[in-house]
Amino acid sequence: MSIFTMPSLGADMEAGTLVEWMIKAGDTVHRGDVVAVVETQKGAIEIECFEEGIVETLDAEIGATLDVGAPLATLRTPAKGSASAARPAADPKKHAKREAETPAPPTEAPPPTSAPMGATPSEVTTGEIPAASPAARVRAAERGIDLGALVGTGPNRAIVLADVEAAEPAAVKAAPVSSSAKPGLDMAAMRTAIANAMARSKREIPHYYLTQTIDLQAASDWLTATNATRPPDARLLMGALFVKAVSIAAAQVPQMNGHYDADGFHPAKAVHAGVAVALRQGGLVAPALHDAETLPLDDLMTRMRDLVARVRSGRLRSSEMTDGTITISAMGDTGADAMAAVIYPPQVAIVGFGAPVARPWIVGDAIVPRMTVTVTLSADHRVSDGRRGAKFLAAINTALQTPETL
Amino acid sequence: MTDADIRKAILEELTQIAPDIAPSDVGDGDHLQDDLELDSMDFLNLVSALHKRLGVDIPETDYPKIATLALAVAYLKTRIG
Repeated sequence: MSIFTMPSLGADMEAGTLVEWMIKAGDTVHRGDVVAVVETQKGAIEIECFEEGIVETLDAEIGATLDVGAPLATLRTPAKGSASAARPAADPKKHAKREAETPAPPTEAPPPTSAPMGATPSEVTTGEIPAASPAARVRAAERGIDLGALVGTGPNRAIVLADVEAAEPAAVKAAPVSSSAKPGLDMAAMRTAIANAMARSKREIPHYYLTQTIDLQAASDWLTATNATRPPDARLLMGALFVKAVSIAAAQVPQMNGHYDADGFHPAKAVHAGVAVALRQGGLVAPALHDAETLPLDDLMTRMRDLVARVRSGRLRSSEMTDGTITISAMGDTGADAMAAVIYPPQVAIVGFGAPVARPWIVGDAIVPRMTVTVTLSADHRVSDGRRGAKFLAAINTALQTPETL
Repeated sequence: MTDADIRKAILEELTQIAPDIAPSDVGDGDHLQDDLELDSMDFLNLVSALHKRLGVDIPETDYPKIATLALAVAYLKTRIG
């Protein structure tokens, strides 16, 4: 028997509201299955299960706000112990665990369950879960509308607020609606969450900062030439090159990549790149792009597209909220020259890219206009020092000079 | 396609990509990235969606020509022919 608890979905989360169950008593669940949707200060997050088992009871009600660690459900597990089904966020073994989780864990495969399989209840598959925006989920929960009964008109047929509203009886629709652009997201709550996490970061992490301006002409030229031959669906963004370059550098300089907890620093084996995505109504989230250092650039771009789409429509998963080992934040095409960012605990480094801009640059003996970008590393002095940080920035620079090899 | 059809197509795709933006938020002269705060990924997704929907492949060099709703309507009209 094991208790599935409200997971911590990041340093800034203290509690979450259960919005939807994806399982019921008697269901068989597997590792990675989405078992519930929890509304957090950063929107609705799909909660994944990290254990095999049969759902014995659901112990929390829809609409209940529960502290991190509060029981959500009881699972009957095949053989072993009573470990919590939801992976605790600060588990130092999580990276090793994740390795095992990924494609096919030959040794860790659970023993075949003999008993209740005959009664095979409906199994959870991701295909059954209606995609819906946070606002839509909250409204549907408030109004008691079954998301599964709706047809979505959003990206990838996700259910958006308008779909839920269209399904509401007219009288209910007249109820007052929050004036913010995205009513489901409580912006004051998100601001509080960011404030708490960032205050903790600045209180606990002795940041140091290094800045380097990098010649971006080669990357910029390569990107222009590559995209000119591609249809829009296959085009790349400079942001993808940044994420890949940082991930390669992080794999080379392990002091930048991992988590710091009560036991000290735990370098991560893989680079799970947190990609900061700003929300138009304010605030930001930085979901993790898993194994970014090994992904070919085109795949990384596809995954980034998917991540951004799901940030907008509220389909992030719990592992994406907690697995990041380093964060990348980029200004985009226009904006400030440089960004010194605040580290997202328990990570130990964040890399801020200013907006790329043409600057006078010395090549040989001549001053020429070159596309450049100013890269700022914020790193944790408990783990590394300036020399190591400079090496890391140099590795980012090197990677960006040969974009075709990214 | 009439200007109104094109306008409707752009607004539909735009509000799917950015569910937090309502069609009524989009002024003809608003800069999609500077005023409406589409990021580069949203903008690329809009270009992809318009490519699929209207069959118009908008090269990167033409991105400034669809920077606002009004500009985009005029540009797409000439490209659709």
